[in-house]
Amino acid sequence: MYRYDEFDHDFVQARTAQFADQVERRLSGELTEEQFRPLRLMNGLYLQLHAYMLRIAVPYGTLSSKQMRMLAHVGRTYDRNYGHFTTRQNLQFNWPTLKDVPAILRDLASVEMHALQTSGNCIRNVTTDHFAGAAADEVADPRPYCEILRQWSSIHPEFSYLPRKFKIAVIASPKDRAAMQFHDIGLELKRNDAGETGFAVFVGGGLGRTPMIGHRVRDFLPEEDLLAYVEAIMRVYNLHGRRDNKYKARIKILVHETGAEEIARQIEAEFAEVRKTDLLRLPEDEIARIQAYFQPPALPEKPARSSAFEAAKADSRAFAAFAQNNVSAHKAAGYGIVTVSLKPIGGIPGDATDAQMDVVADLADRFSQSEIRVSHEQNLVLPHVALDDVPALYAELKAHGLETGNAGLVTDIIACPGLDYCALANARSINIAQDLSNRFGSAEKQAEIGELKIKISGCINACGHHHAGHIGILGVDKRGEEVYQVTLGGSGDETAAVGALVGPGFTGEEIGGAIETVVDTYLKLRERPDETFLAAVRRLGQKPFKEALYGAA
Amino acid sequence: MTPPTAAARVARTDETAGEIRVPEAAQVTSSQAKPAQAPHLRAVPEADAGPALWRDGAFQDDEWTRTGEDEAVGEGPAILPLKRFLAEREALSQRNSPLGVIVEPGEKLDELVPHLTRVTLVVLPFPKFADGRSSSTARLLRERHGFEGEVRAAGDVLIDQMPLMRRCGFDAFEISDPVTRKQLANGLWPDVPFYMQPVGSSRQQEVPAGTRPWARRPA
Repeated sequence: MYRYDEFDHDFVQARTAQFADQVERRLSGELTEEQFRPLRLMNGLYLQLHAYMLRIAVPYGTLSSKQMRMLAHVGRTYDRNYGHFTTRQNLQFNWPTLKDVPAILRDLASVEMHALQTSGNCIRNVTTDHFAGAAADEVADPRPYCEILRQWSSIHPEFSYLPRKFKIAVIASPKDRAAMQFHDIGLELKRNDAGETGFAVFVGGGLGRTPMIGHRVRDFLPEEDLLAYVEAIMRVYNLHGRRDNKYKARIKILVHETGAEEIARQIEAEFAEVRKTDLLRLPEDEIARIQAYFQPPALPEKPARSSAFEAAKADSRAFAAFAQNNVSAHKAAGYGIVTVSLKPIGGIPGDATDAQMDVVADLADRFSQSEIRVSHEQNLVLPHVALDDVPALYAELKAHGLETGNAGLVTDIIACPGLDYCALANARSINIAQDLSNRFGSAEKQAEIGELKIKISGCINACGHHHAGHIGILGVDKRGEEVYQVTLGGSGDETAAVGALVGPGFTGEEIGGAIETVVDTYLKLRERPDETFLAAVRRLGQKPFKEALYGAA
Repeated sequence: MTPPTAAARVARTDETAGEIRVPEAAQVTSSQAKPAQAPHLRAVPEADAGPALWRDGAFQDDEWTRTGEDEAVGEGPAILPLKRFLAEREALSQRNSPLGVIVEPGEKLDELVPHLTRVTLVVLPFPKFADGRSSSTARLLRERHGFEGEVRAAGDVLIDQMPLMRRCGFDAFEISDPVTRKQLANGLWPDVPFYMQPVGSSRQQEVPAGTRPWARRPA
């Protein structure tokens, strides 16, 4: 894991002190709310429906057990004993008081954490594959590049007042587990024929009101040019992105209105100029120095097959389901990547209590080299678990209500906080997620359905990624009533697609039944049990689902 | 398992949902539209009346005069809008006094670049503090085009953005916000003096910090 040096410590401490002063000036009335707003946002502090919300950065979703314990401590000491893991691999606390925020930030700084740039019109937390550094299929660990981008984008003097927020994702596998093409900039780490490392660069993806898939503007960018190229993109956007309408201010709109080819030309022209100064070239030894922080842990050698693991699978259906869904292929033989689901049946997606955070930290120490990841699907990940240890880990998880074996299944639902918390929401999301989770919650039903991603947003800003859901649910306000629209066929993986609206919306009472109808239609029409929901929708189109929902036309 | 507080939270929301739901259009209006005169832009109070120009660590008298749309260009250092400068640059070259140019956000700096040797001041306005376009323009002026004259921030210039502006190349600031004026007078400069970006535009001396090629500190 990256470790702060003296400079990083000084940087975060100075920033924390600066923000403490700004909070002081706000409390004394010297700063108006309007003046305070961009400052607090740059430090992760939102004003929500009922209270402030503090969003803490989990850079590229990597946490140590020590950091997780600090998050538990913050939840216990300053909040209401729980936190919410978000779709951007961050953690938010929903009830801090303004006067406590400087103390929270000081506590976080003591474990090399902060809330910098988790909001505001700046470059946000850089996200990545939650299996990074462990996945069997990755070209290299993408996190060193995320860390370089994190540093370079922190309090950037030129790019802190962009037209709108800006999100960067980096992946390193052909399989996209980070919805990379739905980011303002998507980077795919790859090797060229000469074996050199570089990036395919995508620009202009995004969800929100106007979902768009990123355009590939570069097939291969040498790694030494990463910062120079990103700076070129940022400058084109900062100068030319729309500022007249906040709903048209994201770079995707600039790319759309200017044309992908013309934007690529402008970026390349700017890049050629930036490169001349040679300020941002990344020397190989510096990349190597950052990479050294992310060295894979020294895992004792193991046989590929674990008899303890196999025996436990044979012994218990629940464990077998957990092993199938929540244990993924590790690059080291005899190890697995374990997803700790924060989607208990009937629960609130992404919420974890302080006690659960402490448990996961302890289990990371015992079984996973003290490392934890947060996934954009709002789960936690223990990245380096010996298959021999999975049965014991499972037993511990079970003792704390964390053993749900539903990763990637129909009840592994992404949902935004919705009208329960959010000032922008038009409808509740959490209750819909809970209803669906209960309807599909039996192990048999979930196994029968297989991989199916349901994503729920409580307004068109799409924080619940509904556009990218195999089934997407969007809550809207229709004359004071919560109404839910359904989209089908979206996908956040390497076959990225925006879901299409299936028809008129449903009330909160109807939506659960409607989704059951969609799923039943799939089960009836799929060609084979291994034809996934997404594959079936792509083959069948919307018609049979429409007919099932609304009757034949 | 469901966190223990879930039921309580949902119930509370149910009670308040009716009151807090604001039609979307209304939200947009309140967050987007700014009153013509934002409260922090109001005129500097009488007691505080003094030079608006902050330069070299102090409020100073401004030797420059802005030339209105239809005004004749007067004697002494004169500031002109970019369009007028470009249209009249032949005639203006006969003057003996310094020339300054305002480049508004959205105007093309490239049009000024061929004539930069004639200019000793460039004014870059911030219509709102949250509009960061002029920060890019300032960097380009300094870093790419080697402009060594004065680069002045005008408009909605607030103290918390000023350290960033200085790194982008600004060395003068027109300040009307009374709170910012008071804070500057009191010596406040809310910088985080550890920088993660190498810039060729900063108006303070900066040196590399540690081994990272992008880290800098004030010299």
